Amino acid sequence: MPEMVLLGDEAVAMGALHAGISAAYAYPGTPSTEITEFLIQNSKKNNGPSAHWCANEKTAYEAALGVSFAGRRSLVSMKHVGLNVAADPFMNSAIVSIHGGLVLVVADDPGMHSSQNEQDSRYFADFARIVCLEPTNQQEAYEMAREAFDISERFHIPVMIRLVTRLAHSRSVVQLSEPRTENKLEKAPEPNSWILLPSNARNQWHGLLDTYKEMQQYSEESSFNPLTLNSTFTDYAVITTGLAKNYYLENVPDLNEQPSHLHISAYPFPAEKIRSLASSAKKILILEEGYPFVERFLRGILPNGMEIIGKESGEVPAEGELNPDNIRPALGLESRTGSPHPDMPLSNRPPQLCPGCPHADSFNALKMALSGYGKSMVTSDIGCYTLAALPPYSAIETTVNMGASIGMAKGASDAGYFPAVAVIGDSTFLHSGVSPLIDAVAHNTNMTLVILDNETTGMTGGQPTILPSSRLEKVVLGIGVEPEHVKLIEAHRKFDEENSKVIKQEIEYNGLSVIIAVRECVETAKRHKREGGQS
Amino acid sequence: MKYDVILAGVGGQGVLSVSAIIASSAMEEGLQVKQSEVHGMSQRGGAVYTNLRLSDETIYSDLIPIGGASLVLSMEPLESLRYLDYLNPEGQLITSSNPERNIDDYPDLDTLIGKINTLPHAQVIDARKLALEAGSGRAANMVLAGAASNYVPLKSETMEGYIRKIFQRKGDKVVETNLKAFQLGRENSK
Repeated sequence: MPEMVLLGDEAVAMGALHAGISAAYAYPGTPSTEITEFLIQNSKKNNGPSAHWCANEKTAYEAALGVSFAGRRSLVSMKHVGLNVAADPFMNSAIVSIHGGLVLVVADDPGMHSSQNEQDSRYFADFARIVCLEPTNQQEAYEMAREAFDISERFHIPVMIRLVTRLAHSRSVVQLSEPRTENKLEKAPEPNSWILLPSNARNQWHGLLDTYKEMQQYSEESSFNPLTLNSTFTDYAVITTGLAKNYYLENVPDLNEQPSHLHISAYPFPAEKIRSLASSAKKILILEEGYPFVERFLRGILPNGMEIIGKESGEVPAEGELNPDNIRPALGLESRTGSPHPDMPLSNRPPQLCPGCPHADSFNALKMALSGYGKSMVTSDIGCYTLAALPPYSAIETTVNMGASIGMAKGASDAGYFPAVAVIGDSTFLHSGVSPLIDAVAHNTNMTLVILDNETTGMTGGQPTILPSSRLEKVVLGIGVEPEHVKLIEAHRKFDEENSKVIKQEIEYNGLSVIIAVRECVETAKRHKREGGQS
Repeated sequence: MKYDVILAGVGGQGVLSVSAIIASSAMEEGLQVKQSEVHGMSQRGGAVYTNLRLSDETIYSDLIPIGGASLVLSMEPLESLRYLDYLNPEGQLITSSNPERNIDDYPDLDTLIGKINTLPHAQVIDARKLALEAGSGRAANMVLAGAASNYVPLKSETMEGYIRKIFQRKGDKVVETNLKAFQLGRENSK
């Protein structure tokens, strides 16, 4: 069979295509974006299966559920914090009887390369009582994506594939296998299993708990959880999960003895295999990429007196990513050394807004408008404009989750703070800013919302915003913001003076006002110019 | 045989293109390859790097261990010093001399280059000048690819083949400029 060079993200996408998906949905988010970009390109080239960006992760998940209800296979992908947004459909989709295979890919970001936290999605899979597969390389990403659909249809559950940044964004060769055709279009046979009225839901939950035992059996037998016992060495045994396996194997040549080793990449984790590993050694070292998920369970299930070494005991770093070096102390190995450093401090080079960025001009105007107030509050959100937290702008004060800027400004205003300004991007506004704006409209909150409309989802590489820029104003007016307090300005430095006056005037208005600062992102403008030039 | 490379630079300098040329060439020559990239926030003018690992055996980790890299190839002098922990004491450091001054506290250039030259196996190349000589300042990353070709365990013809392939779309002139830049880099290092 042919082979391809693929990013971890693309390997999952390819696996899903070869598993016969009929549709894929997502909201862009690093490090998961490339899955859907790959599928959109594929869809253009091969005229299907359909792949769509959605308004947010929740709507993406719900669309995938519809595909499953209609009998076909679907993929939904998101970054780890996106699953918080999609938690409602996710948790409840575990209770319905999934019909066409539904696979959720979640790309976690240990080390927070491009995220506000490093939450570990395996807890969500456990919470929902479903199977989670965790590849350690691109080949497994492809194969597990394919298997995930089969498991989904076998157990009638959504299956999670957990990626992490280092795999999502690492490229290697993948051997492909024979593609499977799409499912027939055929609605779920028992509609009651999809109507979660309490009486039905109780039956479904009961069924899921029974199926969970079968999932545990699957995990015990799965070749994704290989156990290698070495009865001649009993000092300690090793459990790895995710990429920790690679870092461990990288160090094995330096070990004098080969400890018994269990690698876990299919959950619910295999309790029997863990017990046989534990009986083979006096101590267990646990290396996990992410939270100490397995470790915390083990501290409850192994016999007293069994020593467990890991993140909870402090031998393995509890924060950030693992790597080939930071697990060496736990393996009793000396640190490696690199090249000496010249004695000079290295200036940091943090990311920054691009030269000519429209957001930079909007922040200048905003700062000018606020300069006359002794105190002010600017809540903000997730996107390129979050970089305005750094000098020279230092223009925003909060970044918590998608859409939070608007609700937080409302709360601060309700608490009596003035002026309260929220700043949000166009894509984030449509993702989850509309609902909190409705709250502000309902109470005519004394706050000012600035929507930075750069006509794209910039930080993730310039995906189109779900609605064109021209419709933003209509959305804002449609939910009832007073027309005389909806202002459109052009985010350009030549208008700094005028723009700051408009902002100031709206801050002074005792009620809700919305300013839409429009100018296309310089990066997408360049790209559109290039593409225009070629056609 | 294993050969690990750290490619360093600032978002937008073409680190990924150079990485892709080496990686694709290695695969064509039958080696196993892992290429770990940085996407997302850092690409906005921040420090970026790729971990590129070539081997004739299974490669486990996507990340290069401390002291494991045989080469640090940097598009920019300040960035060349950021990954020294990963460079084997016997390894090579090749960097462009042309600073990307998008920060306020960029160090004095002469001091910086002086420090780089105190390292045992360092080469500083005026990549921009050579690229302009080849026909375009934008080909500076290909000058550095050419310099690297003296060290990476790959045939320079294979790498040139990939340069042709990736620039083909942009016309013969762009292909020729980039190949010339590669050649000049190759001749002006060692």
